[in-house]
Amino acid sequence: MAKKIFERPRYLKENVYHYCPGCGHSIIHRLVAEVLDELAIGERTIGVPPAGCAVLAYNYLDVDMGEAPHGRGAAVATGIKRMLPDRIVFTYQGDGDIAAIGTAETIHAANRGENVTVIFVNNGVYGMTGGQMAPTTLLGQSSTTTPGGRDRSRDGMPIDLSQMLAVTGGSVYIERTAVHSPKHVRRTKKALAKAFKTQMQGLGFSLVEVVSQCPTNWKMTPADACRWIEETILSFYPLKVIKDEVGDI
Amino acid sequence: MTEKQLMRGSHVIGEAAVRAGCRFYAGYPITPQNELTEYMAGAMSRIEDGVFIQAESELAAVNMVIGAAMAGARTMTSSSSPGVSLKQEGISYLAAQELPAVIVNTMRGGPGLGNIAPSQGDYFQATRGGGHGDYRHIVLAPASGQELADLTRTAFEYADRYRTPVMILGDGMMGQMMEPVTFPEPLDLTGLPDKPWKLDGAKGRPSRVILSLLLNTALEEELNWKLFRKYETIAQEIPAAETFMTEDARMVVIAYGTAARIAKGAVKALREKGLRVGLLRPVTLWPFPDRVIRDMSRSVADFLAFEMSTGQMVEDVRLALEGRARVHFYGRPGGIVPTPDEIAGVLHTRYERSGLGGLS
Amino acid sequence: MITETIFAGFGGQGVLMMGYVFAVSVMRDGMNVTYLPSYGAEVRGGTANCTVVVSDEEIASPVSSSPDHVVVMNNPSLLRYQGMIRSGGTMMINDSLVEAKLARDDVEEVRVPVTDIANELGSPRIANMIMLGAFAAKTGLTSLNSLMNGLTEIVKGKKASIMDLNRKGMEQGARYVTRAS
Repeated sequence: MAKKIFERPRYLKENVYHYCPGCGHSIIHRLVAEVLDELAIGERTIGVPPAGCAVLAYNYLDVDMGEAPHGRGAAVATGIKRMLPDRIVFTYQGDGDIAAIGTAETIHAANRGENVTVIFVNNGVYGMTGGQMAPTTLLGQSSTTTPGGRDRSRDGMPIDLSQMLAVTGGSVYIERTAVHSPKHVRRTKKALAKAFKTQMQGLGFSLVEVVSQCPTNWKMTPADACRWIEETILSFYPLKVIKDEVGDI
Repeated sequence: MTEKQLMRGSHVIGEAAVRAGCRFYAGYPITPQNELTEYMAGAMSRIEDGVFIQAESELAAVNMVIGAAMAGARTMTSSSSPGVSLKQEGISYLAAQELPAVIVNTMRGGPGLGNIAPSQGDYFQATRGGGHGDYRHIVLAPASGQELADLTRTAFEYADRYRTPVMILGDGMMGQMMEPVTFPEPLDLTGLPDKPWKLDGAKGRPSRVILSLLLNTALEEELNWKLFRKYETIAQEIPAAETFMTEDARMVVIAYGTAARIAKGAVKALREKGLRVGLLRPVTLWPFPDRVIRDMSRSVADFLAFEMSTGQMVEDVRLALEGRARVHFYGRPGGIVPTPDEIAGVLHTRYERSGLGGLS
Repeated sequence: MITETIFAGFGGQGVLMMGYVFAVSVMRDGMNVTYLPSYGAEVRGGTANCTVVVSDEEIASPVSSSPDHVVVMNNPSLLRYQGMIRSGGTMMINDSLVEAKLARDDVEEVRVPVTDIANELGSPRIANMIMLGAFAAKTGLTSLNSLMNGLTEIVKGKKASIMDLNRKGMEQGARYVTRAS
């Protein structure tokens, strides 16, 4: 008899992803679902999806989900977690959501040390609205609102939100990972597990920034998109543990 | 009931909220309503499961309230005019997601930064659904210390019953004034109906989603009609108004909140002089008590809307009357609080000009 | 019967406290009352005032058109309110600080050197309570006992010696106006 070695994670609904071919969101959703199952916390988890490509995350993740206005994930998560401190609360946010319109809510939630987990998907572009410049768009990178490439004097530098959050007093675990290769996918899963464990132990604000591919808006093939991450993006957004006051848990 | 105590309006709202089972408050400093935020800071710290957060912005505060409401709590946030503008984003989402919450607006002079004096310039924003989208929410307009206490409890009840944000619309004077107040006993929260929609983890049940994104236009239309039917039910069930000396009145002044108190003083003074004037005070601004006004037009041909604005509620008065009676208006915007004498003078002049008679 | 009183002076003279104690006092006497303080920038600008309306009936407006009584603790307050007080009303004036004379002959002027009396009692801070005692004795709107009960209710937990000093102040104020009349 054949042995089952691969199956749909328990907390992933049987819906077909709406994401574009080669998009990183579907990988990251799956990793979240696997981690919730492996940590046995899916039945006491409440997720907060963003406005952006992952706005429909509730169609895929089979846990309680409460939708936040654009950028306000950290504030909504704060309200849920403070009323239900024994539940696990996470937000799932893109770069525009978290690092532009929601910067204030995110920084202050981190600074208060809200015991929530933030999954920050950085693909350097506003995907849902059709490829405008994001706060994380690289210098020289083209977008629909930076047709000749991002220009420092006109558009400013790409922002490193994770570094900014690291200097707040309430954040305890921040790591930047990626999902453009199996090795990086495995690393991302470990980071997600550590972030959720940080919350389970009540240690404070945890965040995993996942550098992710957006072939459609980058106008690349999925393979080229993965290469571009490795060769270009990671030199500005290096993968590393940015802050760890948690240690081995 | 508690013993009668002299209490500042902002504190009355806070105490009444706690007794109504409010367990989550988030706010941001702004005059003239800081006393409420400060009261909640103290009160929540004395309740085991109470949460107070001084948020980084009005926007963050209302979004924290969204989260706490999703978790099933009785929640409140408060601010004054400029801050309530910022909260409108969240109020639209509360309406769309059918989440109960109480929002207090202690109005001050505007637009812009304006000033910190009492005003009624936010009537349109409050009653028309101040954020984006096709929605309304309940607006209660207390006019005394005791009513602040009573209507705050009512606000939480309505919020839960109709799954809607409810606004308490006061002004700097209602917030700062002290009057004797008694409070009901604190509500036994265990007696409240369960909220079968709340998010607390999908243990032993299918997972739940609270959302406002409906990309399918048919579903969005369905939500809009559902909300509309709810608003119709609310408009049937809760309109409230106080009438004062209207039985034989030939001219009736319509005013709410602080303006109604001043108008009442004017009506009393003119009655002593023999003028047949009365007062109609809307207690609910949305839904507007238009039936009471319409019914009154059978015997009253002249109404005078008095507001601490350049004229906002007066539009609802006209809509209620649909041309059945003359509608006069008098307003003082910008944070000016007129005296009863000033209003009496205006009433008197209009009364005579409308051919209703002079002094007896 | 409705009585409207405005208390006015510099911020720091305890003007709001005067109105507050009076309001609690008449509430415990069984009357209806509203207490409306000036607030915010108005107070920070240096002047403070509050309106206390007392009635045996429901109170319509907490805002006064023409007060029956005005208690003024400084010069600017005298100038501001002397045109507003109703004919036949009573103006209580802090004679220690207010030099201006009242420019109305249809209003009773009662001058009490409350700051001087307070200094004699060893505490300039109780000038407001001296004035409040004088005000109660002059108008008969409440009793010294009620005022003391009101004060006790408001400042819960103050030392007995301080409460004694306040009582002495109120009594001195009351004695001053009874003797004068």
